[in-house]
Amino acid sequence: MEIYVFDGSLEGLLTAVFESYDRKATLIKLVSKDHYLPDVFQESFQVISDETKANRVWKGLRKKLDADWMKRFFNSFLSEQPETFQDLFNFAHYIFDNPAGAETNFGNSCVLAVAQMERKVHREKHRMEAFIRFQQTADGIFYAHIEPDFNVLPLISDHFRKRYADQKWIIYDLKRKYGLFFDLEKVEEVTFDFTSEMSSNLNTLPANVLDSNEELYSLLWKDYFRSTNIPARKNMKLHIQHVPKRYWKYLSEKQI
Amino acid sequence: MFDRIREKLEILADAAKYDVSCSSSGSNRKNENKGLGDAEGMGICHTYTEDGRCVSLLKILLTNHCIYDCAFCVSRRSNDVKRAAFTVDEVVELTMNFYRRNYIEGLFLSSGIFKDGDYTMERLLRIVKKLRVEEKFNGYIHLKTIPGASPELLKEAGLYADRMSINLEMPTELGLKLLAPEKSHEDVKRPLDLIQKNIVQYKDEKALIKSTPKFVPAGQSTQMVIGATPESDKEIMHTANKFYKDYSLKRVYYSGYIPISNDNRLPIIGSQPPLIRENRLYQTDWLMRFYGFNVEEILNDANPNLDVDIDPKLSWALRNLDQFPVDINTADYNMILRVPGIGVGSAKKIVQARNFGKLRQDQLRKIGISWNRAKHFIRYADSPIQLNDYEAGHIKGVILSESKSKNLKTPVNQLSLF
Repeated sequence: MEIYVFDGSLEGLLTAVFESYDRKATLIKLVSKDHYLPDVFQESFQVISDETKANRVWKGLRKKLDADWMKRFFNSFLSEQPETFQDLFNFAHYIFDNPAGAETNFGNSCVLAVAQMERKVHREKHRMEAFIRFQQTADGIFYAHIEPDFNVLPLISDHFRKRYADQKWIIYDLKRKYGLFFDLEKVEEVTFDFTSEMSSNLNTLPANVLDSNEELYSLLWKDYFRSTNIPARKNMKLHIQHVPKRYWKYLSEKQI
Repeated sequence: MFDRIREKLEILADAAKYDVSCSSSGSNRKNENKGLGDAEGMGICHTYTEDGRCVSLLKILLTNHCIYDCAFCVSRRSNDVKRAAFTVDEVVELTMNFYRRNYIEGLFLSSGIFKDGDYTMERLLRIVKKLRVEEKFNGYIHLKTIPGASPELLKEAGLYADRMSINLEMPTELGLKLLAPEKSHEDVKRPLDLIQKNIVQYKDEKALIKSTPKFVPAGQSTQMVIGATPESDKEIMHTANKFYKDYSLKRVYYSGYIPISNDNRLPIIGSQPPLIRENRLYQTDWLMRFYGFNVEEILNDANPNLDVDIDPKLSWALRNLDQFPVDINTADYNMILRVPGIGVGSAKKIVQARNFGKLRQDQLRKIGISWNRAKHFIRYADSPIQLNDYEAGHIKGVILSESKSKNLKTPVNQLSLF
């Protein structure tokens, strides 16, 4: 078995697929450089990301997979999980080595793994669309920050752009240190240099930068959340199943 | 100022919460005017209350003043509760500001009936019109159809709402007459029919003329209160089935009655709401809509009520063991869908995957079927040889003993009412 070390980018992963065919390699373990521990007894090959090679692989996949599956491939990649990199690598090989339609073989472990990881990423994307709570700042920008399990900012950008077409907004990923800014025209990637450590709790913007109505509406929302509950039906198990505790920090209505 | 709006919201959200509809899906309203909101695509639950119900819309009454005296309703005129009413601007401001902060998908607007149907409907219409026309709001709007409102008002409201609904309240006319003598199912059917006909008409026109406006694009729904009157599950689901068919409803909601009144026609305050029963009714509803079951197969004269300890699909399978075991590798998709423990997603994966070779136990488990239930009803590539057929009681016992169902731990807390 040979170890391929790549830079963790999609381009790198696709280049690795190209190299494995080019070098006629058979059994390969794909590792991103962040997870790679050098081992004297094991040979490793450094994959150098190459746009041309990556594009050839991407186009090759596109010939055999429909748009839905290409999206699944990309979404699974955004999970950033070490085992998913391997699954995607194996999946690409499985697709290239078999006649068209192989992606519907859910009995194959890498097909199933990619499909199932895509569901997880999709679920996290959907949760961010649900749980993000904006705070309006004094200069009229709606701000929220998040720490999603997977790198879902590229997936939620369209959703927020369409919906909030008449307000400026920022969604910042504290974990991955980049964000999206919508300026009423287009969405751009931004990075901030937070001078002090930003608390990961939501609703932590200091009162002096907030719009004067912000406090009222967050208070009304908390009131609403309380009033709409039916105590006779209380079911905390179900509540936590729908809103796992790790997401509570996003929800203004769950803060005391 | 602050305090008054907070108090109003508290009263009017509290009064609206017994309407359980929460859906925010099924519309196709895109944000095409650079306005606020987009109601295209799937619904979003922005949070969940501690009772585990989804919150996707700002669900409020315009007012809880009401001329009716329905025994099951908190806002009935004889009930001694605080009354309040929003102004048009207050509802508009709340909706816009909640939406801007990503708290909600839109507005669910209902109302007690003050003066008469037309007067009330006219006020509701004014709010949704202002949201759509002046505020360029494209979020989801679920609007209640007020019984007795004139056809002209309803037709106009349909141009601004994504979904409209009007509640049957009780599953049978008899039950309704008992608790709300002033109301009848006919008053519900008439507007359902009117709006349904208009939905069809607008759709037909849209096919010819692209600029035809939207009319209730997410369709209609209704709600029945369960457990306030003595109907059987069969009566409830047959009514639901008929309304799905006659008015092409998108959803029927079942709301377990929560005792809120000392009226001796109703369960006493403090008795448990029939939550498990409600759950079983929803499961039946799903079997009818997504699993190809006919309501007669699940509920009929021989079986007028659903089992509490097992789900309706398993009950059906145990009553029809002659149709099992199903061979996963050869059976029709529709039959695989009928196996307890196999859902729509898994059934689809199975019929695709088996083209590549006969499926084994380990593959089926990975695909995600509920093995403990399904194994009794299927054959697969490496099925063990089974000498004798098991009978229904035995299978049920095995499944229950292996199950971690929530329904077994909680004592049976359903009241037998009558």
